[in-house]
Amino acid sequence: MTWHRKILRVNLTKGTCETEPLNMEWAKLYLGSRGLASKYLYEEIDPKVDPIAPDNKLILATGPLTGTSASTSGRYVAVTKGALTGAIACSNSGGFFGAELKFAGYDMLILEGRAKEPVYLMINDDDVRILPADKLWGKSVWETEEWIKKTHQDPLIRVASIGVAGETGSKYACIVNDLHRAAGRSGVGTVMGSKNLKAVAVRGTTGVKVENPREFMQVAQATKTDLKESAFTNGLTQYGTQGVTSVINATGIYPTRNHQQVQFEGADKIGGEAMFEVRETDGRTNMVRNSACFGCTIACGRVSVIDPNHFSVKDKPQYHNASGGLEYESSWAMGGDCGIDDLEALTYANFICNEQGMDTISFGASLAAAMELYERGYITDKETGGLKLKFGSAEALVEAVELAGKGEGFGKDLGLGSKLLCEKYGHPEVAMTVKGQEFAAYDPRGAQGMSLAYATSNRGACHLRGYTIAVEIFGVGTKLDPLTTEGKAEITKLAQDTTSAVDSTGLCMFPNFAWTLDQYQQLVQADSEGDWSMEKMMELGERVWNLERLFNNKAGLTTADDTLPKRLLETPAETGVGKGLVALLDKMLPEYYELRGWTPDGQPSNDTIKRLNV
Amino acid sequence: MKITLKFYTTLKDYLPEGTKDNAAEIEVEDGASVQSVVERQGVPTNMIHMTLVNGAYVTPGDFASHTLKDGDTLAMWPPLAGG
Repeated sequence: MTWHRKILRVNLTKGTCETEPLNMEWAKLYLGSRGLASKYLYEEIDPKVDPIAPDNKLILATGPLTGTSASTSGRYVAVTKGALTGAIACSNSGGFFGAELKFAGYDMLILEGRAKEPVYLMINDDDVRILPADKLWGKSVWETEEWIKKTHQDPLIRVASIGVAGETGSKYACIVNDLHRAAGRSGVGTVMGSKNLKAVAVRGTTGVKVENPREFMQVAQATKTDLKESAFTNGLTQYGTQGVTSVINATGIYPTRNHQQVQFEGADKIGGEAMFEVRETDGRTNMVRNSACFGCTIACGRVSVIDPNHFSVKDKPQYHNASGGLEYESSWAMGGDCGIDDLEALTYANFICNEQGMDTISFGASLAAAMELYERGYITDKETGGLKLKFGSAEALVEAVELAGKGEGFGKDLGLGSKLLCEKYGHPEVAMTVKGQEFAAYDPRGAQGMSLAYATSNRGACHLRGYTIAVEIFGVGTKLDPLTTEGKAEITKLAQDTTSAVDSTGLCMFPNFAWTLDQYQQLVQADSEGDWSMEKMMELGERVWNLERLFNNKAGLTTADDTLPKRLLETPAETGVGKGLVALLDKMLPEYYELRGWTPDGQPSNDTIKRLNV
Repeated sequence: MKITLKFYTTLKDYLPEGTKDNAAEIEVEDGASVQSVVERQGVPTNMIHMTLVNGAYVTPGDFASHTLKDGDTLAMWPPLAGG
């Protein structure tokens, strides 16, 4: 079992909802989730398609372990051609929606075409309906979810929707499920909005079945014990991803003010510890409690409450309740990257990004780019509509996030993303992006492996495609010198392939701080029919990576896109462990291509394609 | 001499009582080693995963031999993950 062996295909142009058998030949090669959905996308669309044209498809996919009793089994992915990047996009989210989709009896939902008028999809097991969303268009994610649950009189319905940002064409709109979990990166919500699809609501009662129940229960329990006993994952429970702020800043790989510096003097005010500080104004802490996605025994999520006296929420009682709190990347992008150390303002901006469906990283980094444009005089009050985009201005952040969320005023420009925004105003060098996507919270000058991981990431700059930080900074399993390039091509390839395999299971990648791929493999083997040995799992990861690369090459991307902004390649870091260093990408890239079995022009060779059966 | 201690996340319990914002200035003997400061603060060594002195890595094997200077900043973290 493990797979339901069933796909739901919805054509929004025709208004049809049909089921079809899952292609098991592909499932045996690509497993599920990221891998299998990417295979479907690769086979079904022209990679050159305009991402917001009806011919692009949006696939919401579960993995074989989604919805099972394995820890962290709440994951699903949104796979499409990314609106922000023009590259293949796979955006991963937790919460409860993914498991519910699986319970409804589907491995995957393929969304095609474009509805004439705004609609939402209501799935009740086999009963699938396309319903008018005229009452929802213009509403936020939070309003949409509440309306659907009330209208259908079922609080257990799970909803994945777009906010106003996705309706108005923000390039980094995301799909938000369960109020504050997001398939965040690459503009997957923009694609959903282009289809006039406001939401997918699902209620499932069919459950999941595993291949070897006894063995599966034993492995699930043992691997949960591994998580319980690991200091790494216990740290995530206590401080969330925000726990790393201090160490990333202290080592000097914390991009600051649009990557102009690598350390932020205000980092301790917006990190994990600060969220536990008692506020003098209301006697409460920002952090209320942690939270878990479906089936997760780590529970890294933050639930926060904003100081009601803070200027951002004064006279806005609707934001005085607890909601999804800051993760590290969000805190960095809207905080350090913009030079802002106001924890309450950041929490408010985070709420608005969740409410209106915007990727916190791309929004924050786009604002940082706009602040640099403003401070250098490349744009003025005339272009910003009077917005004083000074680094460090919490007031500017609060106003900017509201405008961007609604796609109004200068918020429309911010919604272009850093690349198009900086090109529009004649200064593309200010955009800190790869393949059109904004960087995550690690400056590669002080962690050289990340230079390669960012440059070669198939979805544009991203920390989750090959997290070499784990070994270069945190010392998970082993500790490598972050400043050298030797061996980094190999470790980057290993990280990319491993992550591709993990992302195809339906589990979260965070257990990987306590596990190795072995534990994922044991779970997949007990859960799924067929041979899922370690060798097969590594081959799976490599196959997925190469498939994504082939998609991008056919979309028109080349080796020229495997690069970094000049600032990182030519301007040495001024402080930190990487002081005096630039990103040494050229020293690693040729070796990386060779290790991958690619030609010098970045194409998977025929031998590689044949060996991996891509 | 005086040094600045910065202990983060779960290690902050080993800072002097009343410390705010994860940092405290303390008085130590001239030439004190990292090891001696760890012992003085009672930090269990198995909780220490990463150490920086003035932003440069110091491995546990060098704790005893790495002597501190007046004005140094000693920062320590338990195992951390995320991002």
